[in-house]
This record gives sequence, structure tokens and C-alpha cells, in this order.
Amino acid sequence: MVPVSDDRIVPVTMPKWGLSMQLGKITAWVVGEGDDVKAGDDLADIETEKISGTLEAADGGTVRRIVARVGEDVPVSGTIALLAPADVTDADLDAAVQEARAVIDAGVPDDAAGGPDLQTADVGGRRISFAGAGEDGDVVLLVHGYGGDRNSWLFLQEPLAARYRVYALDLPGHGASAKDVGEGTLDVLAGAVTGVLDALGAERAHLVGHSLGGAAVLAAAARDPGRIASLTLIAPAGFGAEINVGYLRGFADAQSRRELKPVVTQLFADESLVTRQLVDDLLAYKRLDGVDEALHALLGVLLDGDSQGVNSAALLAAAGGAGAGGTGAGDTGAGGAGPGGAVPVTVVWGRDDRIIPAAQAEAVTGADHRLIDDAGHMPHMEHPAQVQAAIEQNIARAT
Amino acid sequence: MTDTVERKALTKEHLLGVYRVMRTIREFEERVHAEFATGDIPGFVHLYAGEEASAVGVCSNLDERDTIASTHRGHGHCIAKGVDTGEMMAEIYGRRTGSCHGKGGSMHIADLSKGMLGANGIVGGGPPLICGTALAAKIKGTGGVSVAFFGDGASNQGTTLESMNLASVWNLPAIFVAENNGYAESTASTWSVSSDNIADRAAGFGMPGVIVDGFDFFAVHEAASEAIARARGGGGPTLLEMKFTRYFGHFEGDQQTYRAGEVEHARAELDCLKRFAARVTETGELAQADLDAVDAEIAVLIEGDVAAAKAAPLPTEADLLTDVYVRY
Amino acid sequence: MARNITYREAIHEALAQEMERDETVIVMGEDNAGGAGAPGDDDAWGGVLGVTKGLYHKFPGRVLDTPISESAFIGAAIGAATAGMRPVAELMFVDFMGVCFDQIYNQAAKFRYMFGGKAVTPVVIRTMYGAGLRAAAQHSQSLYPLFTHIPGLKVVTPATPYDAKGLLIAAIRDNDPVMFFEHKALYDISGPVPEESYALPFGEASVVREGSDVTIVTLGRMVHTSLEAAGQLAAAGVECEVVDLRTTSPLDEDTVLESVEGTGRLVVVDEAHPRCSIATDISALVARKAFGSLRAPIEMVNAPHTPVPFSSALEDMYIPDAQRIANAAKTVTGWSR
Repeated sequence: MVPVSDDRIVPVTMPKWGLSMQLGKITAWVVGEGDDVKAGDDLADIETEKISGTLEAADGGTVRRIVARVGEDVPVSGTIALLAPADVTDADLDAAVQEARAVIDAGVPDDAAGGPDLQTADVGGRRISFAGAGEDGDVVLLVHGYGGDRNSWLFLQEPLAARYRVYALDLPGHGASAKDVGEGTLDVLAGAVTGVLDALGAERAHLVGHSLGGAAVLAAAARDPGRIASLTLIAPAGFGAEINVGYLRGFADAQSRRELKPVVTQLFADESLVTRQLVDDLLAYKRLDGVDEALHALLGVLLDGDSQGVNSAALLAAAGGAGAGGTGAGDTGAGGAGPGGAVPVTVVWGRDDRIIPAAQAEAVTGADHRLIDDAGHMPHMEHPAQVQAAIEQNIARAT
Repeated sequence: MTDTVERKALTKEHLLGVYRVMRTIREFEERVHAEFATGDIPGFVHLYAGEEASAVGVCSNLDERDTIASTHRGHGHCIAKGVDTGEMMAEIYGRRTGSCHGKGGSMHIADLSKGMLGANGIVGGGPPLICGTALAAKIKGTGGVSVAFFGDGASNQGTTLESMNLASVWNLPAIFVAENNGYAESTASTWSVSSDNIADRAAGFGMPGVIVDGFDFFAVHEAASEAIARARGGGGPTLLEMKFTRYFGHFEGDQQTYRAGEVEHARAELDCLKRFAARVTETGELAQADLDAVDAEIAVLIEGDVAAAKAAPLPTEADLLTDVYVRY
Repeated sequence: MARNITYREAIHEALAQEMERDETVIVMGEDNAGGAGAPGDDDAWGGVLGVTKGLYHKFPGRVLDTPISESAFIGAAIGAATAGMRPVAELMFVDFMGVCFDQIYNQAAKFRYMFGGKAVTPVVIRTMYGAGLRAAAQHSQSLYPLFTHIPGLKVVTPATPYDAKGLLIAAIRDNDPVMFFEHKALYDISGPVPEESYALPFGEASVVREGSDVTIVTLGRMVHTSLEAAGQLAAAGVECEVVDLRTTSPLDEDTVLESVEGTGRLVVVDEAHPRCSIATDISALVARKAFGSLRAPIEMVNAPHTPVPFSSALEDMYIPDAQRIANAAKTVTGWSR
């Protein structure tokens, strides 16, 4: 970030999406100079080596200068635009633009680190991979869903790392972890979660789980409730019977881009997020030896016939989650530790979820409910700022 | 020539068995010759009659671990390695019930389940292949040996010479059987083969070379037995040269104007079946009645094969595009 | 977990991982270990360009040096494949096919059909091709069209380290004979490759760059040259879609046709000579099946109808370059009736 002469000038910077991201490219500006924006408004479409996304405004204000041109590479945290009130002088703005341009033009230094090293833990003979960011604060562990990996948190992990030590793991059968999942039971997945906490030496941690990862963190919490500081469940599996069986089987069975793309589009409210690169990356993962077996083994646990095969409500009760203190379904948003030291729970769901219906959020009794508009099954990718806020508020309730 | 072969005792069953196979080949080939003349059999057909002792003398030493590769004149090798004559006949007639479902024909009859790696339309096509099957047997430690049958024509092909070198270099359990029937198509081997004998070339590849009377089953059996035992024991390859003649032309329809009387002489004086019969009846190991019974049995068998082949369905349009790949 | 390794290392890793996984996988070829029978090291070379170096000691008895007898050892690989092995034979330069072609196209390619579906021949023949090393007329040809013509063979032409590893693993696991073409100028390029084993399906082209104005269909080394041209063209406002065929047999017709349906313009870039080449094959495909989408005549960029010359001055003119590709793209975008 470039220091500016006038603290009323607020820089908009290139975000870091994924721990290894060094450069981003603006493919389109949604706003222009002179536009007023408020927090959460779309500012620009940005493309990295791995993903395309839309940058949302963190602050409100007037866009006074666009610094980065469409199509040019900008180092992470480089200033791409300036917000400032009308009375900031052009001279001050131009000076700030000049400094920002110098950063962009310098590019990424040759010796720049490509993100934190991937760490591994041996959990019951399985190699479990995880990567972390952040130096201080509580440990937050992010657990992805079926067919995903730690990179699905790419819009969240770095921002959360400003306050916490944030780790994302690859579940067995996924990412860089061992592909063998055995029977694919929640026990195996929960073992990976606690195994990583052990490797980190974390006595207590905040767990964030998405979809199948939601059930996995609940299973881990049920094993050792005292270790869990808070639980944030994003579209978690196991709180109802209904699930999009066509999606799950389609994902497991797809052999080609043609088969996979229409399946993956069901994940998002905004289907344009499903780029060729995203589909190619998923295919490359699916083609690794052992992944096909892993996905089908997990499918056998996720599904019981055409219904969900996982009971997360029971796990939540065992974990002493928000609803377990007997406060009931009406206790939403109660905040803080409940009776008996219940763990604060927040459930986040995209209203347009086509994989697991958002209505199942109701079954997460005692939790704080956050339903997100214009989001499908991947709200942490479609509206990361809102999911980040939900996580941070849930963590705050625990402390 | 190995005129005086010290015979190992072969049981009566064994003797009857090898006679049955030689007679089957003869009957099969004589019948194909006759049927070809009627115009019912399509394509190119090369007959093995006269050379039976070679295929049977060698293959009677082989078992299911072993593989052979054959030539365009391959019917005898197929039968000697156990390929079903009914399926062979149907194949020669281009029928769907044939060994290759009518897609191979006389020159490409194969049955890998029997260790028969195919008749081969390319002169010298087989020797490299059996280096591979021999290598597989050696790596897997099965004790299997592989045999390449090839003619005097193929003895001049680079593939054959390269393969003999490779088999020696890799010390493979491989046997090279040169069936020198005197002619590559219409060209005499006395002209086309630069050495006095094909077997002489073995020395150049560091392996034993043995000249065998190809009309004498017992001579072939003995020489092959020794070579095969050596190969199985890790002693490497051997080149056997069978000297004999074929009774028919290069292909059916060949007027054989390049030949002069040797077929009549061979049929009368050297024929492998006659010599075999004379010997086993002389020693009393088999009675003429035993042999006659086999002859009658085989005549019925081949008659049935021809009738079945003629009655069998032709392949259909659906068969045209199948089995190009395992998966494409 | 992916990391950057070279095309050479990717091929080596595919061989090593498959040999580890399946003991029927064996490797053979001239100098594949190197030094056989010589007084010095017995893993001296690892093939002329070092691709197989190190396998000899890791897999005793399964890396075989051969005499310079392509007919015999290519045929032996094919024979071993019919007998339960999965041999990977190295035909050092594809130019040497002339001394062993019979075993490939008359034997391996035809067994299954000719024997009525009763043969399985899972052999891989790795071979080096392509111009650019001043290796002259008998060590530089791009002969994949000849093999593509033959039913029963599969033909693979990886352009990147990722594709090289995944396609070679697929080739080894495949039950049909596969010709695996390695461009000699690509061995030192690097790219991300997962450490894990993975097989990429044959007959699936890769869209390596998306664009709306012109489709460039290409393969092998020419993928990189085409991408270079596409970069230049983008600066001039022409957006190219670059399709890497990856395998020429089987051929992914759908991806080619879909791309041309989107752009309406086709340039085919192929290092082979122009007659009866992949370029003519793709041109015919598009002319037959996407004629209605074409907004301009198809352009082909090939090497000329000459042997590969030796002199660098000549060879540099011989190999299709980005400028020729860009010119062809400009021709199709600028075309009007």
C-alpha cells in the first residue's frame, strides 16, 4: 500500500486471493471516475492465474482516480484506484497516482515468496496438507466441502489473517492430501481436522466448515467439544434429508469438461463464475489417481439412497453447540456462550443454494442464521465479505 | 542331416497323438486344396502339406506356457499348437464363426489363448515378436519358450537376422525354426540364401545351428527337444533348419513351372506320414489298424469342418467397425 | 501438489511412477540405460537425451538396453505386450521408423482387428520428433501424420510437461498400441505438474487460450509458437482461441468444431509437411462439418514440402514461426468477398 499525503484519500488495492497469488489483472472496471460507491458495491473484475472474481468495495466514497489499466498485471496490494471526497485536490491525487504507478510498474520482485509453504501432518498414516496465514490471534481452521480444497477459501483466508492465525486444510481425498479416504466416513474427515489442530499445537480453535466440511467440523467438535471455541457452518451437510443428488453423482462421475461444467454451474448463483480455468482445475484434480475412488467412497457416506446420509443435528448436540443447551430454535442470534458454556454457532447459507436448500438452516437450532442474497452453495466465493463478517462476529461471540 | 536319431521312448498315446496331429494337418490342407479349386474359398491360401513333421515335431515339445509365431503358410503351425480346426476352416471361408470372425483369413489365423501369435502375411514378421514373448516369459519366470517358424525367404530378412542377434544378446528362451522348403515363392533357396545352409548363420549370432531332416518327425522332435530344454534352462536360443519341400505351390493357383519332379519324389519316398507309419509299425509301437482308425476319424472331422464352415454365417456390417481398438 | 518441472522430468516421472505401480511395465531402447557391456557406468546415458536416466538402478531387470536393431526390439516390445507386459520402447528418432515400420503398422496396429478382437497389445512407443536442433533431414521430421493414418494406432503429441506426464501414464495404461511423440525442442520447458499420478484421456483437446476472432488449431511444439502469435495478435486487437489437439488419434472433433462455430475463422498450425498432414485433416473436418460457420477460407501454416534443412539459416525459415501464424490470422480476419 502506498502512503498518501492526505489521509482522506483511501486506496483501493489489488486483493490477495489465495495464498500463492502475486499478481492480478483487471479485466473490466465496473465503476468509473466520479462514481460514488458504498461498501459491498462491485468495483472491478479481476483475473488471476487461478480464478476470476469481482472486487467489492471495502469502504464507501467517491472514485476519484482509476490507477490500474484494464489488462495490466498489478502486484498484490498495489493501489488500483483512489477514493476521496470532492475537496481533496487534484494535485494531491496525482501525487498519489504517481506513487501507485511506480509500484505497479515495478512488478513483483524476483525473490518474492510464492505464499506460505504447504505444511503436512501425518494423521493415522494419511498425509494431510494445510497452509496458514496470519501471525497473531486465535487459530481459525477452514474446512472445505466435497470435491473442493483449501483454495476454495482464497477470497477469505488472507483477509481473516489480519486478525487471526488462519489455516485451511485439504480433507483426505482432496487437494494435496492423501487420496485414500478408507470408508470415507465422517470419522476419517474429523480425524484430519483434529490431526491438523494437533500439528498446530492448538488447544482451542475456531472451526469453519463448508458443506461436507461443515459435517466434518461438527464431527470433530463432537469428539472433543472442549477444544472448539466457535463453529461457523456454511451450507452444512446433514441438517435435512434433501440434497441435490444429481449434482453429487454428476460431480463424482464426470469424466470430461463437457460433463463437468453443467454440474459445477449449479454451485453458483452467478454461473459466469464458472470459468474454463475453474473447470479445468477441477478436472485435473478429479484425474489424479485415487480421487475417483475417494469421491465415490465419500458419496456413499453423504448419501443414503437419494437422501442425505449424514446426521449433523446429532453431532451438533454432542458438540454442545448453541442449540444443545436447550435454548431452542427461537434463540437465534442470542450470541455469546449459552447455558452450560455452549459453543457459539453461526450458520451461513446462500438463499439461492441449489445443492442443499437454504431452508435447512432452520434445523440448525440455536445458531445465528445468516442468509445471503444472490449466492448459491458457495457464498464464501460469491460474497466473501459477508461471509467474513459472519465468521468474525461468531468468533467475537466466543471471546 | 540327422539320419540316426537316438529316440527317446515315446508312449503309445504320445505317438498316436502326434500322428493324429500330422494327419489332421495333411487332411486339412488336401481338403483346402480341393475346395479352393471349386472357387468357394476367397483370397490367398498357402498350404503346408509335406512339412507336417516340422510343426508337429517342434510343437509336441511345447506346452501352454509357450508361444509360437508363424508365417503365411501357417495352417500346420496353428493345428500343431492346438487351434480348433473348425474355427480355422470357418476363418478360411471368411465366416463369422472363424477364429478371427472372418477378419483375418488364412494368412492371419491366431489364437493367443493357445500361445499361437498368428500366421503372418509379412515375410519375417514373426521373429521380432517372439523375442518379446520370450522376454516376457523370462521376466515373469514362467519357464516358457517362444518359437518363430519362418521360411527360407524370411531367412534373408533383416528382421530375422536382427532377432537372432537380439535373442542371443538378451539370452532369450527363443527357438528359430527355419523351414527351408526350397523355394521363396518361385525363387530357389539354393540361389537366394548366400550360405550353404541357413543353419550356418547361427554361428554369426553365437547360437547353435542344427540341420534337421524335415520329413522325419523323430529327427525334428529330438532336435527341438534338445533346443527347447536348453532354452528353458536359461541356455539361450537355437536355430534349427528343416530341410524338406512343400507339396503344393507357393499359393493355390501357382502352376509351379519352376519345379521339376521333386514333389512326386518326396510324396513317394520321403513323406513324413509314411515314414512315421513305417517306423512305428516296424517297431510294433503302433499297429496299422491304430493308424487307419485315426485316418478315418480325421476324415470325418475335416468333412464336418468344411460342412460347418460352408453353412456358417458371414460377418455383418456391424462387424466391419468393431475390434479396431480395445477402446477408442 | 503441483510444482514446476521440465517436460523431460515429467516423462521420466510418468515412467517411474508407472513402473512402481505395475511391475509389468518395462522400458527398452538404445542406450536407455547406456553403457551396457562397456567398462564404465552401467547407467551412463538414460537415453540420448537422458529421459530414462536413473530408472535402471531403481527397477533392476526392467530397463533394457538394445542393440541398434529397431525392427527386432520394437517388434519384441510388441510381442511382449501380447504376452502380458506393458513395454515402453524408445524409438530414438521417429525418422528411424523406416527400419521398423512393419512391426508397428502391420503387426501391432492390426493384431486386434485381424485376430477378431482376441489380441490385446498394450505397447507404447516413445519417439522424438521435430525440427530446431540443426539435426538435419534424417533426425528432424514431424511424422505423426503417417501414424495417424493407420487404424489401430493411437497417436499422442503432448505440448506441456503436465500433458506429457498425464498422457504418458494414460498411454501406458491403455490397452492399444500408442505412438507417443516427444518434441525434442520441448524437453527443457518447465510447467506445473502434480506430484501424484494422473491419466489424461485421449481424444480430448485442450483450449489453451480463449478468444473470439480466430481459432488456431495446433499441436506439439506449435502450441507454444501459436500462443506467442496469439499474444502478438491480442496486442493488435485480434483475439485468438488456441486449441491444442493433444492426440491426433483419437481426434477431438467436437472441440475443434465448437471453437470454429464460435469464431468463424480457422488457422491450422502443424509442423509437418503440408500434404496429407494434420493441417489438411483438420481443414477437411471443418470444411465438411462447420462450413456454415466459416466466414473466411481456412489458412494452413505448415513446414514446406521439403526435407528438413541443416543450415540454421534454412532451418529457421523451415519451421513455422509466430510471424507466419500471425499473418495467417490476419489473412482470415481481413478476408472479405
